[in-house]
Amino acid sequence: MRQLLLTWTRPAVSRPMTAVGVLFLLTIVIFAAASPWIAPYPPDLIDPVNRLQPPGPGHLLGTDHFGRDTFSRIVYGARLALLIGVGVVLFALATGVPIGVLSALFPALGVVLMRMVDVLMSFPSLLLALGLIVILGQGVFNAILAIGLIYLTTTARIVYGVALRLKAEPYVEAARSAGAGTWWIVTRHILPNMISPLLVQASFVFAFAQLGAASLDFLGLGAPPEIPSWGNMLAESRIYITRASWLLLWPGLMIVLTAFSLNLVGDALRDRMDPRFREMMRR
Amino acid sequence: MGRYVLRRTGAAIATLIAASIVIFAFIHLIPGDPVYVMLGDGATPEQVARLRNRLGLDEPLVFQYLIWAGSALQGDLGQSIFFETPVTQVIAEGAETSILLAVITMFWIVAFGVPVGILAAIRQGTWIDQGLSGLAMLLASVPTFWVGLYLILIFAAGLGWFPSSGFPSVFDDGGLYNLRYLILPSLALAAPNAALILRLTRASMLDVAREDYVRTARAKGIPPYRVVLRHILRNALLAVVSAFGFTFAALISEAVVTETVFALPGIGRTVVQSILRRDYPVIQGVILVIVCLYLIINLLVDLSYRFLDPRVELE
Amino acid sequence: MLNVDNLVVSLRNGPQILRGVSFGIEPGEILALVGESGSGKSMTSLALMGLLPPALAITGGTVSLGGTEITHLAPHQRVRRNCGKVAMVFQEPMTSLNPVLRIGEQIGEAVRVHDPDAVPADRAKELLDMVRIPDAAHQLSAYPHELSGGMRQRVMIAIALACRPQILIADEPTTALDVTVQRQVLGLIRDLCDRLGVGVLFITHDLGVVAQMAERVAVMYAGMLVERADVGPLFRAPLHPYTAGLMACLPDPESDDPLLATIPGAAPRAGAVPDGCPFAPRCVRAASRCRSGALPLVHGGEGHSARCHFPLTAAASA
Repeated sequence: MRQLLLTWTRPAVSRPMTAVGVLFLLTIVIFAAASPWIAPYPPDLIDPVNRLQPPGPGHLLGTDHFGRDTFSRIVYGARLALLIGVGVVLFALATGVPIGVLSALFPALGVVLMRMVDVLMSFPSLLLALGLIVILGQGVFNAILAIGLIYLTTTARIVYGVALRLKAEPYVEAARSAGAGTWWIVTRHILPNMISPLLVQASFVFAFAQLGAASLDFLGLGAPPEIPSWGNMLAESRIYITRASWLLLWPGLMIVLTAFSLNLVGDALRDRMDPRFREMMRR
Repeated sequence: MGRYVLRRTGAAIATLIAASIVIFAFIHLIPGDPVYVMLGDGATPEQVARLRNRLGLDEPLVFQYLIWAGSALQGDLGQSIFFETPVTQVIAEGAETSILLAVITMFWIVAFGVPVGILAAIRQGTWIDQGLSGLAMLLASVPTFWVGLYLILIFAAGLGWFPSSGFPSVFDDGGLYNLRYLILPSLALAAPNAALILRLTRASMLDVAREDYVRTARAKGIPPYRVVLRHILRNALLAVVSAFGFTFAALISEAVVTETVFALPGIGRTVVQSILRRDYPVIQGVILVIVCLYLIINLLVDLSYRFLDPRVELE
Repeated sequence: MLNVDNLVVSLRNGPQILRGVSFGIEPGEILALVGESGSGKSMTSLALMGLLPPALAITGGTVSLGGTEITHLAPHQRVRRNCGKVAMVFQEPMTSLNPVLRIGEQIGEAVRVHDPDAVPADRAKELLDMVRIPDAAHQLSAYPHELSGGMRQRVMIAIALACRPQILIADEPTTALDVTVQRQVLGLIRDLCDRLGVGVLFITHDLGVVAQMAERVAVMYAGMLVERADVGPLFRAPLHPYTAGLMACLPDPESDDPLLATIPGAAPRAGAVPDGCPFAPRCVRAASRCRSGALPLVHGGEGHSARCHFPLTAAASA
């Protein structure tokens, strides 16, 4: 127990920034889990009399053009941020890991699959996502799929690289020549050794999913406008930037700090992992 | 050398063909009849039949693709439904803005990212390095449109130094002075990408500094600045140059958003508006042109490697 | 010529890696520095070069060359002050040359610094001839990856000679090479030492090579020199039990015993070196007084000395 505690607290002491990042992410989780209790108003309560109020005692962070409370919308926005992040990470891992592992194990299949990944990667990422939105239509779930498709490609590439190296490890070759089956090798040797690269990749994907979702929201092609997401809040406040510039600050800051914290965590995880794989995870 | 160029070009063309199939398939993946989707519910059967005929939707799929790809090769990307002009003309109208925006942005990225990355690497571990690296990670976590909105708020609306939106051509009144319209957009677009190049430059400088041949160079007694310039930097920049391909892709992605923020008449904004207008031929055409450009740039990056790194030929 | 006096190298705010090393090298002489990996041989050479990694520093003692102290000077500072020069051939020829520069440029770079009046290309060709690279004029424009390991190590020697050194350090220069190539490179170093009158510090863990190459030997263990002697006396009558142990590990051509002897235990890591004699935990002769306090310097004839309470040969105590 003491040992476990030490392995978790030691990095926090040596990297104060990362510790602050983790605390911020915890705050987001608490915001999302307890939004109705933390937010002073319902996120969609319209109050035309008090529209575009600057930050003050009644409305901690002011109100928007419908008189909705900014702080409450920020708190509820954490829900969508987490949903998008978790959704995109799960999608990217659930598709990228099998593609990468299968490609590494079966070279003939790998040529085809990795070639397809290359083709997808030749599309600029946001255009790929926009194209998918056109096909699927607008919506939170579709935004997750569209952004997830971008990170399917990078995840598959990384998993492919790591799996190829693991496959060439002497102990895997030994297991193979001792007659171990493919399933055994995948579950006993390849997947367990892939956990730390995948954790690093997951935190970066989570971070960039926030930026991608915010861009889609801003273009009016992400979450439907009635949903309080930070990206939507920015998109709506755009017209009022000279009259109510405070509307711009908080949602943007939440996006930046969420992505920044996740990048810090990803960096810290990467520095603690096997140096052989570190090089592949560089951005 | 000749074989290397040929092989890389062949691979790029193969990718382009595969990508063109994806782009072509796109219009058929849209649920419902694309003709009705494009024309809206109030379309007369006559209009529908005419558009269907113009898009060649009555032919078998393989034929449709070959016709589409064949005319694309001849520079015909079809007609815009909204503008009723050739797609190539729509693209040409946005090209000046987008190309100039990309060039100016690349300039900021190289002018800030590389030297500051070198500085951080040389001062590794000091507060200068920690500050710059932290700043780089922060910038990489910032949405470009948010930076853009703040630049507008401060430098356009507040100080009035630069215009906040639009871009008159440099061939119109004002000439090159019109480039001031692109200063704020290019800075917004450069911020996260310069941050990535900074981090990459720093990391590869530190990697190379640990190499045995750098120790050999030090042992020769040549001055430290020459060790940095000739031995560390030159090898470190190899990794940075290879990153320019994906930096370009990131630029195009984010230009879609930036052009919207600053209301620039570029290709990126055309894509977004075409999506909202369901003008599919324009979407297809623009994406095809962009993928093509991306592949060409990656190919050039690959080939320039040959001149920078003598080992490539062996691989 | 080269004089190393009581050299101490430590990790910054940490344990000592070298704990008072002293030796000298004369022109035209080869001194072999022998020891297991991790004993501090490579740290000694980097300290002499002024190329210690940033985490390490010289915290005591001096290095002087031709009477001038060069202890804390990096190579480029030595050039600027025009003092005597130490050059080095590294262990790994495959990674020690810059992959993107031509051989000629890499040699010429050193020529320009150390021989400002020479034409770099001419001098580089002369140096390649000197290290017996065939078709030298042509090879100047080759890239490192176009050369074999043995050829690259010759280029490394040419670069070292371009620095016009009084002392040449060769840090296990042949461990990465094939046996036949090994012999050629060793012969070349021996020959250059005789011809140019350069003093050589030859670092190796291979006692067999020592017998062919060196006049004198220093044996290193856990960051200190445990024995120094001429080659002959050392092989005939080692004083220190560790030296004797190393020799017992050499394969004996006259013995049929297929099992090689080993020294039990492992060398201590820096920072965990025991008090007293560092070899005591592995030594069959050790007694309680070996485990604390200073070690006596014992002599066994001209220039032969060791630090041991119980030397193998009855020797005159200092």
